[in-house]
Amino acid sequence: METKNLTCINCPMGCSITVKMDGGRIVSITGNTCKRGEDYAGKELTNPTRIVTTTVKVTGGQSNTVSVKTGKDIPKEKIFDCVRELKNVQVQAPVRIGDVVASDIAGTGVDVVATGNVERTGVDVAEAGNV
Amino acid sequence: MREKGNDLRGSSQSYDIVIIGGGPAGLAAAVSARESGIESILILERDKELGGILNQCIHNGFGLHTFQEELTGPEYADRFIQKVNDLKIEYRLNTMVMDISPDRRVTAMNRTDGMFVIRAGAVILAMGCRERARGALNIPGYRPAGIFSAGTAQRLVNREGYMPGREVVILGSGDIGLIMARRMTLEGAKVKAVAELMPYSGGLKRNIVQCLDDYGIPLKLSHTVVDIRGKERVEGVTLAQVDENGRPVPGTEEYYPCDTLLLSVGLIPENELSRGMGVGINPVTSGPVVNESLETNIPGVFACGNVLHVHDLVDYVSKEAAAAGRNAAAYVQSLSGESSFVRGTDSGITLEAESGVRYTVPSVIRPAYMEDSLTVRFRVGGVYRNCYVSVYFDGERVIHRMRPVMAPGEMEEIVLKKEQLLQYPSLKTVRFTVEEV
Amino acid sequence: MYDIIIIGAGVSGTAAARELSRYEADICVLEKEEDVCCGSSKANSAIVHAGYDAVPGSLKARLNVRGNELMGDLARELDFPFERRGSLVLCLNEEEMPELQALYDRGVENGVKDMRILTGEEVLAMEPNVADNVCAALYAPTAGIVCPFGLNIAMAENACANGVAFQFNTQVDKITKLEEGYALHTNNGTFRARFVVNAAGVYADALHNMVSDDRIHITARRGDYCLLDKEAGGHVGRTIFALPGKRGKGVLVTPTIHGNLLVGPTAVDVEDKEAVNTTAEGLAELTAKAQMSVKNIPMKQVITSFAGLRAHEDGGDFMIGEVPDAPGFIDCAGIESPGIASSPAIGEMIAQILCEKMGLKKKKDFIATRQGITDPSRLSMDERNALIMENPAYGNIVCRCEMVTEGEIVDAIRRPLGARSLDGVKRRTRAGMGRCQSGFCSPAVMDIIARECGMDLYDVTKSGGGSRILTGVNKDAL
Repeated sequence: METKNLTCINCPMGCSITVKMDGGRIVSITGNTCKRGEDYAGKELTNPTRIVTTTVKVTGGQSNTVSVKTGKDIPKEKIFDCVRELKNVQVQAPVRIGDVVASDIAGTGVDVVATGNVERTGVDVAEAGNV
Repeated sequence: MREKGNDLRGSSQSYDIVIIGGGPAGLAAAVSARESGIESILILERDKELGGILNQCIHNGFGLHTFQEELTGPEYADRFIQKVNDLKIEYRLNTMVMDISPDRRVTAMNRTDGMFVIRAGAVILAMGCRERARGALNIPGYRPAGIFSAGTAQRLVNREGYMPGREVVILGSGDIGLIMARRMTLEGAKVKAVAELMPYSGGLKRNIVQCLDDYGIPLKLSHTVVDIRGKERVEGVTLAQVDENGRPVPGTEEYYPCDTLLLSVGLIPENELSRGMGVGINPVTSGPVVNESLETNIPGVFACGNVLHVHDLVDYVSKEAAAAGRNAAAYVQSLSGESSFVRGTDSGITLEAESGVRYTVPSVIRPAYMEDSLTVRFRVGGVYRNCYVSVYFDGERVIHRMRPVMAPGEMEEIVLKKEQLLQYPSLKTVRFTVEEV
Repeated sequence: MYDIIIIGAGVSGTAAARELSRYEADICVLEKEEDVCCGSSKANSAIVHAGYDAVPGSLKARLNVRGNELMGDLARELDFPFERRGSLVLCLNEEEMPELQALYDRGVENGVKDMRILTGEEVLAMEPNVADNVCAALYAPTAGIVCPFGLNIAMAENACANGVAFQFNTQVDKITKLEEGYALHTNNGTFRARFVVNAAGVYADALHNMVSDDRIHITARRGDYCLLDKEAGGHVGRTIFALPGKRGKGVLVTPTIHGNLLVGPTAVDVEDKEAVNTTAEGLAELTAKAQMSVKNIPMKQVITSFAGLRAHEDGGDFMIGEVPDAPGFIDCAGIESPGIASSPAIGEMIAQILCEKMGLKKKKDFIATRQGITDPSRLSMDERNALIMENPAYGNIVCRCEMVTEGEIVDAIRRPLGARSLDGVKRRTRAGMGRCQSGFCSPAVMDIIARECGMDLYDVTKSGGGSRILTGVNKDAL
């Protein structure tokens, strides 16, 4: 019997989870305070995944960068493949939150979406507010 | 919405509520003040967009409490910005507040309106915080390019798309330091180590897992930077272990070649405006001393968010700011007799922090003016395992809650009920304390 | 062939340049750094000493008193911040009273005006935060505080306006004697001049020794400083000294002209003439020493620490004059404290020497005044609004700690000898010099520098040379 200690990353509570394993099989999961902790622990020991947040280049925008994220968590070992693939992605302004900037990133079947807005250059975005 | 181009020049305008800062605290305060019935609200924001620091916090993990989903910083901000727009709340961008007088005249300036003065019925302070700089730690060595506060590096990478360095050492394991370790790694830098002066991390546990452990970045607890080399650009830093008093232990020095040192060594509420107007400051939090309404010693001046005390979670900022917005609304309405909110002269019940509890916000409660329940937020001074948080009403212990782990990096909450407090009419002091089993 | 080349654009070199620019002469200043005020002139106590310290009869004594006298008018002419706040040299021990009296007597001999010896009670009434055991102090009301960058930059800009050329990033590596004058070999080619002024700070010995067999030796004497938040700026109202020891004037505590509190310096001789690193020992020492003179210094409010190098010549006095075995080569060496205070007089003296040798004629069109960067915080609201109406950049605060506007930063870059780096902007406008130490404003200032200078953001530096702020763009190394 093998015991693994994990810190749940689902929420800021960061519960300390203890997983007892026998061979590759999970025998018990304790220490979590919600269902998501249990799911996390199971996954972390079999197929760990992460949401990746990074940036991609923007052309013709008021910023030359927009923040993005994977729409879902992707396998941990694909993180660097994901960001390497995004190195060559360039999107045209305007960009809106939720716009897909890359599909099926690194063969994970997951899309990468914008998490920020970038206006086109020259568009007046109420420089001094709305008063 | 008022017509665009409404002239703020000169000193003619007045608003019921002026909110200083359009970050998460200012936005949530504005939304809740509007929802409490205040029409005339103005947000003054110094940056070119609303959202504050969230705009550069592009990592996920925001909003689990507020929206029951996990959002990135810009997405979380956008939810509130949408609300502000939907509610037609007025705001001014690129506008620096220069001064606030004790009678709530706000002097501000921008490119289009010039310098102007606004009379405010109530003021909500929501200026946020700034990072401690190298000088505060007196780190010896050279002063070349390549030394950044983690937040400055975060802005350069996440907003401007530029790398501030290739080989990085980070001092300070607060959340920004941890998050930046991962961000720099994912953008192609090599993060060689994160050093932490204290024997524990100042950041959330999950950030140690997903920002350091995932990428094999060593966390060196009880370590600090004792020398910075490089005359033009950083060439390396020397880390050394520190003793229990935080003093470097001779012989433990280890040299790390690198071109960049990021500092994540603490946040300081930005209260220069507050001090200037005479707001009393709590030396522990460096934020205003407030009562249950989040009102400062100056009537009609409220504070919320990181300017009040540094938070780790934006969700709590939003909650706190919403309370400030409601209370400011009630204050304004009381001036015109619309509300029963009447500011009393009674000094209220003092909240005291002791044995492990470093401070509480608020620090005074007047039960008559509190909502049905009041969230008291505090931090502890060390790492405690399987300890109790106890709350004493004068001599009597009324709350005794078990906490598996408490650490200085994680804010704690205790909710006090109004009806419970009203049962103790002669109550003078509520004490918050950590008790071992 | 220039008439005069001045090596070094610190306070001495630019004071000489400004004074010489009154005359008909073709003058060039060579500076190895990217900007003026990059060596000893930028990192010092910024004190305009009254002049009681130096040995009577020395150049230091004469030029300090004369420089102090000139500083007020110079500040008005050239529009840089200077205030006569006065200084106190504390006597903390009855046994040292004779030394305090000796200092007073020396001051009288040097020609320092209006000095008084105060009782302990008088001192505490004046400066309540001075150590309670103070038994007397030498009060010198003529002492002042100045913005060293402002002084240095103002003199350079005025010299430039009067036709002096400046060559930056130009280091003199070798000097050869010509039939008439000298050839200065630099990384930027060879410059020739009939007369050379050696105002090279800690390197003045190396340059002197290139032309003279009568060797001199300058020691770089490092001093660490701590600068405190403006909130602590009122802790003392005057410059507070301890009675001087053998290695300089000891640790002082002073308000700065911009309202911070400055504590320092230490005094450590270093081999490396670029060793402007602070040390843990130095910072600990100055903290301890300062607290002997002034109580309750809020050292928690330190916003930055830095170190500067004093150019100490073995003889202990300023060395100003033609090098006997190198005609036409004028030394201006060993300019350590009270160098800032003396600088106007140093400029005057060098101009006098060269005038006599060269028979220089006064220009008819000399421009005596220079206008500094407009400081909007000194304007009324109406004036400020008029300025913003004319140029909206003055309505945009870039540095929130020091409340510096985009208008000031743009002016700092566009004016002659303008800033090209973050430090250049900082020295001219104070953007980045406040409590957050450029954390918030540096990206914005970088943007403005890139825009105004037509360079890529990537090429913006902290202080020229290899001090780039950025190393590339996101993911370029992946």
